Amino acid sequence: MVDQYANFIIASYVAVILIIGGLGLAMILDQRAQKRALAELEARGSTRRAKEAS
Amino acid sequence: MWTKLANPGFFMRWSARLLPWFAGATALAFAIGLYMTFFTVPPDYQQGETVRIMYVHVPSAWLAMFLYSLMSASAIGTLVWRHPLADVSQKAAAPIGAAFTLVCLITGALWGRPMWGTYWVWDARLTSVLVLFLIYCGIMALWRAIDDPNRAARAVAILTLAGFLNLPIIKFSVDWWNTLHQPASVLRIGGPAIHPSMLYPLLVMALAFSLLAIVMHAYGMRTEIMRRRVRTLNILEAERLDRRAAA
Repeated sequence: MVDQYANFIIASYVAVILIIGGLGLAMILDQRAQKRALAELEARGSTRRAKEAS
Repeated sequence: MWTKLANPGFFMRWSARLLPWFAGATALAFAIGLYMTFFTVPPDYQQGETVRIMYVHVPSAWLAMFLYSLMSASAIGTLVWRHPLADVSQKAAAPIGAAFTLVCLITGALWGRPMWGTYWVWDARLTSVLVLFLIYCGIMALWRAIDDPNRAARAVAILTLAGFLNLPIIKFSVDWWNTLHQPASVLRIGGPAIHPSMLYPLLVMALAFSLLAIVMHAYGMRTEIMRRRVRTLNILEAERLDRRAAA
């Protein structure tokens, strides 16, 4: 038998998955973007050592 | 020793090694915690099955306050020692703390509707947690409003420490005022007031949520360190191009 308050329990766990999962996904995408930007800069020869050499 | 441990390079090396282990421990703790929550916890004699909402609501509430305490400790690191890793820790903790506070508010409302007959009341506990969420939002907005991360960190640190006054209000609101929210039943003088069959699963879920917060915080700190490297390299590249153009 389904509990009369099952909807509230399910909605709570869905909220946790959406909020924490959404933040986790945003964090993964953000880190990927930063890694890509770092790789592009390094490919162009832009490093701290490059400044010291120039 | 602290200077070596709090070095961004050292942090990046060790966090890369430890994060997979912590992520695995988090998954294991959630698997055990969720099994206990849904298969071993008996229905409460008053709350019935809705007691299962507590296993996400209570750990979220603890973490909302713990992450703010962590941000406050980092804020002291920023203001007193001007340590860049303290700035990074502050910035990485804010969205995670805000997310757990939002989870706490929403799951609390979803528990309140069947148990209290209302999603929301303006009692001291609920209102002070809502204020905590608004402070988190203000802190994230302030980070975005100031371009220079060092200046932003100092401004945010002051706001964070001012907002810390809200934490004892949240904790003791149920003792200081007559609230609809029940008083503390786990972290209280005299020990926990709930039966071990419900307490142990709650502690396992609290461990799982805490490990998740540690993983997310370390991951966020790594991203922030990378963002600062990108910013520094972009500035250096722009300076080099300027010098070439001038020569």
